[in-house]
Amino acid sequence: MVDYELKNRIIMKEIFSSFRGTENELIPILQHVQEHFGYLPESAMLEVARFISVSESKVYATASFYSQFRFKATGKKHITVCQGTACHVRGAGKIQDTLERQLGIKEGETTADQEYSLEAVACIGCCALAPCIAVNNETIYGRLTPQKVKVVHEPIRGERKNGQKNHSGQPGNML
Amino acid sequence: MAKRTILVSQGTCCKSAGAEQVYTALKKEAVKWGLEDEVEFKQPGCHGFSQIDPAVIIEPDGLLFAGVKEENASEIMQSLLPGRRPPEHLFYTEPHSSNTIPYKQKIPFFSRQQRFILHNCGTIDPGSIEDYVKGGGYEALHKAVYEMTPLQVIAEIEDSGLRGLGGGGFLAGNKWRLCYQSPGDQKYLICNADEGDPGSFQDRSLLEGDPHAVLEGMLIAGYAVGATKGYIYVRAEYPLAIKRLQIALQQAREQELVGKNILGSDFSFEMEIFQGAGAFVCGEETALLQSLGGKRGMPYPRPPYPVVSGLHGQPTLINNVKTLASIRWIINNGAGWFRAKGTEKSKGTVVFSLSGKVVNCGLVEVPMGISLREIIFGIGGGIPGEKAFKAVQTGGPSGGCLPADLLDTAVDFDTLRDAGSIMGSGGMVVMDEDTCMVDTARFFLAFSLKELCGQCTTCRLGTRQMLEILNRITRGEGRPSDLDLLIQLGEVVAQGSLCGLGRTVPNPVLTTLRYFRDEYEAHINEKRCPARVCKDLITYRIDHEKCKACSLCLKACPTAAIKGNKKQAYLIEQDRCVRCGTCLDLCADRFGAIECI
Repeated sequence: MVDYELKNRIIMKEIFSSFRGTENELIPILQHVQEHFGYLPESAMLEVARFISVSESKVYATASFYSQFRFKATGKKHITVCQGTACHVRGAGKIQDTLERQLGIKEGETTADQEYSLEAVACIGCCALAPCIAVNNETIYGRLTPQKVKVVHEPIRGERKNGQKNHSGQPGNML
Repeated sequence: MAKRTILVSQGTCCKSAGAEQVYTALKKEAVKWGLEDEVEFKQPGCHGFSQIDPAVIIEPDGLLFAGVKEENASEIMQSLLPGRRPPEHLFYTEPHSSNTIPYKQKIPFFSRQQRFILHNCGTIDPGSIEDYVKGGGYEALHKAVYEMTPLQVIAEIEDSGLRGLGGGGFLAGNKWRLCYQSPGDQKYLICNADEGDPGSFQDRSLLEGDPHAVLEGMLIAGYAVGATKGYIYVRAEYPLAIKRLQIALQQAREQELVGKNILGSDFSFEMEIFQGAGAFVCGEETALLQSLGGKRGMPYPRPPYPVVSGLHGQPTLINNVKTLASIRWIINNGAGWFRAKGTEKSKGTVVFSLSGKVVNCGLVEVPMGISLREIIFGIGGGIPGEKAFKAVQTGGPSGGCLPADLLDTAVDFDTLRDAGSIMGSGGMVVMDEDTCMVDTARFFLAFSLKELCGQCTTCRLGTRQMLEILNRITRGEGRPSDLDLLIQLGEVVAQGSLCGLGRTVPNPVLTTLRYFRDEYEAHINEKRCPARVCKDLITYRIDHEKCKACSLCLKACPTAAIKGNKKQAYLIEQDRCVRCGTCLDLCADRFGAIECI
């Protein structure tokens, strides 16, 4: 446990080294923190508050205002379902329903085994490919139908099969 | 023969359609057929016609191959060998007429547009400053810095009539002059690339496809108003745009186009990229300034306007991506050239992200004043699947939905506003008969409720009340008095809220009520959703005459609501049915046995 805390402190120190420690750097600092941890751990936010000399509540107030920041860890595969206008009129609701059913979680939740998390977002700007989803903010799958959603997850499952773990048969892991 | 260039666009859309794989396959095939010295490869930004991605364009011939897959790479490269013919089955096929069109410039989607803001998108390599300079890039900056005084630059922009393309439509030249006149030790310039409207992607495509044009616009604006520090406030949700901007900025620094003594002159300008953290309201300029200062993005009252007192209390000029990308063209070609395009009060061109229920989705640049009909039916190719057009939504959550009888409305700032919608930042979503307008209004309100900052009571509580009423209506529990209540609430929210977001939150509700009142009434009085979208008001049924008991729907139903035996028509158990529509989609092209009522 001590090692873990020490490791985190080193990471935080590294992050802080590229900043001056002023209040207007708060958002970029939080973005760096989230990039390292995948979310904003409470202890990290406390350290950020000390570093830029503002109250802890102020850091939390800013962080909670912006939808980019999360306070819980996401799954290894973080699926964002676009709910932009074009996706909405082309059936994004059905895509989200299908994903929720397949993963056994609701929007905003993570599967018990920490493999998948699902989030609805405003618009990822690929309206011509509506409806679309993004996995880990990188790979975008477009022109989806509820039937295709299974196909979309095939590469994810394939990857996992090649890895050390095989989760098939566990609850909440229908893919 | 002239050396051919093979272009494979690599925008976010193109990449997700598989453009990277196609590019790699083409390169491999070029080596295989001994063509590596005959051809040159280029990876430009998005050409805008996302519908046909991945597309391969051969220059200088101008041939376009649409929907290319990896396995087509071989035949495309072979067709470049002497005496070979291009693979005709890869030419673009017009959906309605089935005509094939080999040349990019002959495709109506491109030929009916007038592109200058998007001129470089899809033609130059956004990762190469040389490519940008070859096409006349940074000439306008050179001209401004060496041949014009800041006041002459401002006069030129004023004279052009350019209006802010971020949504406000404020005259850009006026804003520049106000910022120039404001006293301050340090002036700032901000490029607003916080494109948060659901349904817009033109700023992203522009940043991905032509980042140097935006930098050049910023430099010229900085020179004109006397700013020495610039920020590009770009959404973190656009990783590729950020990456391309970072590369462009680095290149511009190396070429001494950004930094101290630009182009050897006295003019110095520093630039920084700031990643927005995902808040729609930060597109509002005062909220954006708060966010840049590390605070919650809460708008504050104006005046003082940012041009007088903005970032750190100093005069700050904030312009949208497209506005800044227009600057080099005005400086190069003169205000008169720009003024000749467009209408009396709205000059130049406008870029729309055309999407939704339309055949040709993509980026469209047209002169101001063109009709909605020309955009949707001329360039967009109309509605897919023989469905009827119902409405077009412009301006995102602050805009409105216009019906079929307003299709001849001219697209400019003032005409759209008079019709109840707005130009906004350029989203244009087409809706067909299957779109429920009550649900659409509910969708926008739900979006706004999530995104509003919460400081004005009217906006925070009024929006919630309006949404609850709409939820009730879509559940079939609406009351006849709800419609007047919605209008009243909408007026209160619009009048009692501080910022541009709050004042326009009710727009989607008010315009749908104005033009599609009958749909609201059908929900309330007949408990019926005419577009068959609202789940509580629809039922799926199987037509026993048509059902062939093929078991397709039975296997696909996620809740096992479909029951049946072999050779016997199936039944849907209504209390298990979640109305997902999976069975309907599956059966529609086979037997058409499932109906939604």
